[in-house]
Amino acid sequence: MKPADKLPRWAEFGLLPAINLCAALLISGAVIRLIGESPWAAFKLMAAGAFGAQDSIGYTLFYATDFVFTGLAVAVAFHAGLFNIGGEGQAYVGGLGVGLVCLAFGSCSPWLVIPLAIASGCAFGAAWAFVPGWLQARRGSHIVITTIMANFIASALMTYLLVNVLIKPGQQSPETREFGPGAAMPPVHELLARIGISFAPSPFNMASLLALVACALVWAFLWRTRWGYALRVVGQNPQAAVYAGISPERTIMVAMTISGGLAGCLAVNELMGSQHRILLDFPGGAGFVGIAVALMGRNHPVGILAASLLFGALYQGGSQLSFDMPHVNRDMVILIQGLVILFCGALENVFRAPLAALLRPRAARPSP
Amino acid sequence: MEAYREIILILAATIRVATPLVLAAIAGLFSERSGVIDLGLEGKMLAAAFASAAVAAATGSAWLGLGAGVAASLALALVIAFACVTHRGNQVVAAMAVNIIVAGLAPALALAWFDQGGQTPQLDGPGQRFLGIAWPWAQAARRHPVPGLAYAELLSGHNLIVYFAAALVPASAWVLYRTRFGLRLRAVGENPLAVDTAGISVNLLRYQASIISGILCGVAGTYISTAASAGFVRDMTAGKGYLALAALIFGKWRPYPTLAACLLFAFADAGAARLQGVPLPGIGVVPVQLIIALPYILTVLLLAGFVGEAVAPKAIGVPYTKEK
Repeated sequence: MKPADKLPRWAEFGLLPAINLCAALLISGAVIRLIGESPWAAFKLMAAGAFGAQDSIGYTLFYATDFVFTGLAVAVAFHAGLFNIGGEGQAYVGGLGVGLVCLAFGSCSPWLVIPLAIASGCAFGAAWAFVPGWLQARRGSHIVITTIMANFIASALMTYLLVNVLIKPGQQSPETREFGPGAAMPPVHELLARIGISFAPSPFNMASLLALVACALVWAFLWRTRWGYALRVVGQNPQAAVYAGISPERTIMVAMTISGGLAGCLAVNELMGSQHRILLDFPGGAGFVGIAVALMGRNHPVGILAASLLFGALYQGGSQLSFDMPHVNRDMVILIQGLVILFCGALENVFRAPLAALLRPRAARPSP
Repeated sequence: MEAYREIILILAATIRVATPLVLAAIAGLFSERSGVIDLGLEGKMLAAAFASAAVAAATGSAWLGLGAGVAASLALALVIAFACVTHRGNQVVAAMAVNIIVAGLAPALALAWFDQGGQTPQLDGPGQRFLGIAWPWAQAARRHPVPGLAYAELLSGHNLIVYFAAALVPASAWVLYRTRFGLRLRAVGENPLAVDTAGISVNLLRYQASIISGILCGVAGTYISTAASAGFVRDMTAGKGYLALAALIFGKWRPYPTLAACLLFAFADAGAARLQGVPLPGIGVVPVQLIIALPYILTVLLLAGFVGEAVAPKAIGVPYTKEK
């Protein structure tokens, strides 16, 4: 980005992502039209499917929680100049950490199990991300390639464990037994029922609170601590960091460890909030949605929160779509997700430069 | 004799598994040697797999399918080049975007056009697939297993794309090391400024490399859906693009070592499929997942410098800004 292309904050965080999203929706609309359905009707159905009823709102928020964790994971690494594509694998391995605690202590008090499971999920995800981080810092291996490879290794490892070790005896499908009652994240509708508000049941659970806390902590860490400052300096200019007495190597390892820990928290929402067992491929692509969320949210926790809500709505709305339009299903949402990554990430310069020229104060414009 | 048969059959399977890997890895080789990271191999192949199967199903011609597959893959390669070369966008982001777009778009179009839950119809008509070509006397040679079976299974009986992939490796080595274009391509991946100073367009070279990559990924995708199987199913490339990338790195961005890496990975895959649950002498039963993960583990170890050393093209991933 040239300095001349710097945008005012409202345009950087509001207008530019909105334009990018519109471009993505326009192309997906064209695809829906190509298929022979009305794009307008499709988007209306999606909005109704995401926000039309209490339980659909619950599902939207449940999915959004997943994406907050993976989006923050991508963003923290990104601030250190690292592209962590391994959120999927880190969340998967994080699920092992969560699951092992839940299986072992599931009958104990939730006050014990839940913090322990969160810590364990974070630790497993962090450890899985630390390895590529260490390899990048100490051995110079390209983080993008090693995190991709780590995704496949995680997938093979988890398949092995689920098929051969953790599977519930006497069962065909590779899943563990169900967690004990102490390992359930309290669903929001139950908590609301306790104070007399009735809300339709959905998997929306207290992990969402954890996601909000994670947003606040990431913000405070990145912009209010010495370590966060070091991390951002390394991301902006590793050479300057060295002269400022910051070790890029250590910072890279710290950034990846935090990133993996955040990705691991996805398992708290998915496994303790909804599935109550470890099952094959439970992250289901949420690690990759995190890339779209982080790019669209401009790597800022508030932006990530907003982008996660959008993608939560798209996922929930997309799964409702096929009931009314048999020829359109959630694949359309994956397409939108890819287009958002394309426009917000790879093609951002296309809209940024004209927008910057348009918004530049008249006085600052170069005279012709 | 039984062991000999088994080995020949595993080797024959290795060739079939290796073909799309070789095509994709060589595709990536051209692109990466020009300085553009090619993470989009997976998406380009998947798009080609869908387009070729769809067109072959609609027209009944595998050749038209091949054309459609190459066109689809080429279009995506140009999208990536437009974002990364012309607009100097992030190459990793652009490629991941394309991979995800295709993962959504291909089954969405398949569902809408063929109404079979995101698949294309079975390709079972005459001429809809690339089928094996039996060489002269292959059937007769089987009666004398040594060396007849090897002749019948390893040399004969493959489809055209397999032979194309086999010829591609020496051809690319020749282009890369013996032609002016190859020299410039290698130079632009190492030091684009020098190439620019010599009055050669960096962007044009990178576009050319992307186009080659697009075409080859198109052939690879077509192989997957119309030769190795009979139709498109969701996510059918199943990470082969990333595996090819691993092979490219394992082959240190050079044609023959890349071929060797593809064959090694394919051998592990073919062996794993046939040796499932069979105890190996001295080792015992190897979990099939370990064999599946082996190429990725090896690549990470290589990148970490624990087994040999992989030196990527110097300018890889860095968009080139021409000085004004």
